[in-house]
Amino acid sequence: MTEFFSDQLFQLIWNGLFVGSFYALVALGYSMVYGIIKLLNFAHGDIYMLGSFIAFVILGGAVGLFGVASLPILLIVLLITMLLTGAFGVLIEKVAYRPLRSSPRLAVLITAVGVSFTIEYGVRQIFGADPQVFPFRLSGEAFNFLGARISTPQIVLMVIAGLLMWVLQSYIMRSREGRAMRAIALDPRASLLMGVNVDRVISRTFFIGSALAGAAGVMAGTYYGSIDFLMGFTIGLKAFTAAVIGGIGNMQGAMLGGLVLGLLESFGTFALGGEWRDVFTFGCLILFLSIRPTGILGSRVVERM
Amino acid sequence: MADKNLLPRLDRLTRITAPQPLFSRPRPLSGLLAPQRFMGLLGLALFIGALVLPFITASPYIISILTSAFIYVMIAMGLNVVVGYAGLLDLGYIAFVAVGAYTSGILSTTLGFTMLETIPFVVLACILAGIVIGGPTLRLRSDYLAIVTLGFGEIIRITATNLSITGGASGIHGIPTWSFFGWSFADGADLFGIHFNAKILFYFFVVIVALGLATVGAARLANGKLGRAWKSVRDDEDASEAMGINGYTAKLSAYIIGAVWGGVAGSLLATHLSAISPPSFEFLYSALILMAVVLGGMGSTPGVIIGALFVSLAPELLREFSEWRYLLFGVLLVVVMIFRPAGLWPANFVLPFLKRRPAAEPVSTTNIPWAQQAKEEAEAEQEEIERMSAVTSTVPDSIPDAVAGVNAISDNPADQEENR
Repeated sequence: MTEFFSDQLFQLIWNGLFVGSFYALVALGYSMVYGIIKLLNFAHGDIYMLGSFIAFVILGGAVGLFGVASLPILLIVLLITMLLTGAFGVLIEKVAYRPLRSSPRLAVLITAVGVSFTIEYGVRQIFGADPQVFPFRLSGEAFNFLGARISTPQIVLMVIAGLLMWVLQSYIMRSREGRAMRAIALDPRASLLMGVNVDRVISRTFFIGSALAGAAGVMAGTYYGSIDFLMGFTIGLKAFTAAVIGGIGNMQGAMLGGLVLGLLESFGTFALGGEWRDVFTFGCLILFLSIRPTGILGSRVVERM
Repeated sequence: MADKNLLPRLDRLTRITAPQPLFSRPRPLSGLLAPQRFMGLLGLALFIGALVLPFITASPYIISILTSAFIYVMIAMGLNVVVGYAGLLDLGYIAFVAVGAYTSGILSTTLGFTMLETIPFVVLACILAGIVIGGPTLRLRSDYLAIVTLGFGEIIRITATNLSITGGASGIHGIPTWSFFGWSFADGADLFGIHFNAKILFYFFVVIVALGLATVGAARLANGKLGRAWKSVRDDEDASEAMGINGYTAKLSAYIIGAVWGGVAGSLLATHLSAISPPSFEFLYSALILMAVVLGGMGSTPGVIIGALFVSLAPELLREFSEWRYLLFGVLLVVVMIFRPAGLWPANFVLPFLKRRPAAEPVSTTNIPWAQQAKEEAEAEQEEIERMSAVTSTVPDSIPDAVAGVNAISDNPADQEENR
């Protein structure tokens, strides 16, 4: 037991927090969209996948041009990818979701599945079904901290993720546009009457959510080094789990849920073995939904009629 | 009041007799062309056609793809109960098929059960799975169910990959064909001097079970008390609860029945493939079945059959196109939802030539005596009121409203009561 504490505990916590920060980034977009238009955007995980493929193309070009990629180039690519995936998210909303905004929920959900399918197999048609090797991987030496092996790329990625979340948090809580978003989440019709341009705010929400998912995709590509067209499926499901654990529609909840899910997964994997990781995660989802469907932080569940 | 005579006059106007209907509804076509009977006969004809087909062509290829297509029809009809009738989005439906296929497969290969003997266990396992998944989540919003079923699909697939009893990643092989009281399809049969091999016998069996029993059964369930409860919960849960329907039980029963349909279809599929492995139960297949239901028309039996046949036969018919078909399906799903949300064959669709009715005489509203009379009286009233208001210096506010009420010639006397 003492050995467990000295050797494993901090490693597990660190791993959990690291993976959890990815989940949190993707979960934020899920939660934002859900909070504002009560839509489960199934395509969100695929935006993450799209982000890594866009970065794959741009980085491939950059490596071809400059010979070698470095951290500053990666940051630029990250920004460009975020812009592109954000724009793609807005496009999806305009083409697929907006015409159905007053339709029954089932129709919108099915459309979302269709969008997800379209993105996945569109990417497969372009890049093929086999995994692609990401042209650039962050490398750096690892060091020990309280018995946990921590590498520089992990720290860089966690700092980027934390920074993005901080920017988003202050944007939503401090800015005028953020206030509009919170207003729509509370009551779309009343905010329309108060002069909020609801369509524009929804577009903006999709932009931000998709940009964050794209960023997470780029980071996953640089860290894991291999990307394929179905990589967004599982992470989309897990991000949803994270959002539910934290309390869906709640920004801090999504971040907290991501980290909690990362930790749960890390310890679950340790206890049950790696092949049961996803079963454990989805089991947690079902358990959470039956015991506390509002999540850790979500206090209000308003059934809209 | 400016005019004591106005009220009695208005009162006379409100006593308009109830209007006669403008035209009587023509009778629908009767006899063989009555829409429901016609569709029933069409179904029967197609069913007999499916039974006769092996006498025309017994090519193993055609028999094989049709067997799997008909199993798909049964799976799609099961999903139709969940999605079409009860309005619950199930994104992991193939998991129930997997539960059925694996239950049959394990029991028949390790314990030596015949396929028929495994069916009670399949049904039991599916009911159990349906309660475990549906029980907690059906109390929540419908979108949660979608995600949970998605997760459940993954759980089943990964569990099947990890356990040794399910054969791990390589799955189960050597699943026997069906046998009844010692006589197995593998023995073949000689009827009318024709020899039927196991594949063709199994094809007949699938036609009878999947089309004759399961599809017709699911379609008829929808017309019964339970089916009407499902549809009313789908359309408005609060209203149907006010009418005394327990929304939760109705949804759970739909979910469980859907699960059983999927499970039995799964054990048919296990026999047809004779080997099953986790990749046969990926999310992709759940999505394909959902597409069959959605493209064909949610809640519409002919639509779902067409959709399932299309989705399962498309890769065979469009061979050079097969690379693109998933992309096409995804785009189709979005396009159908936006432009034709009820599907290709909506649930309330009636073939045009069955709708033919004797042309009704159009009735012009200007020729209705009572309306004409009321209009003239109202005009006379108004003229008089205008004349009076020109004379009197102060007109009470209520008068213009009353005039408006008269002009509208409302059918509903209560309206005019209010205006008074």
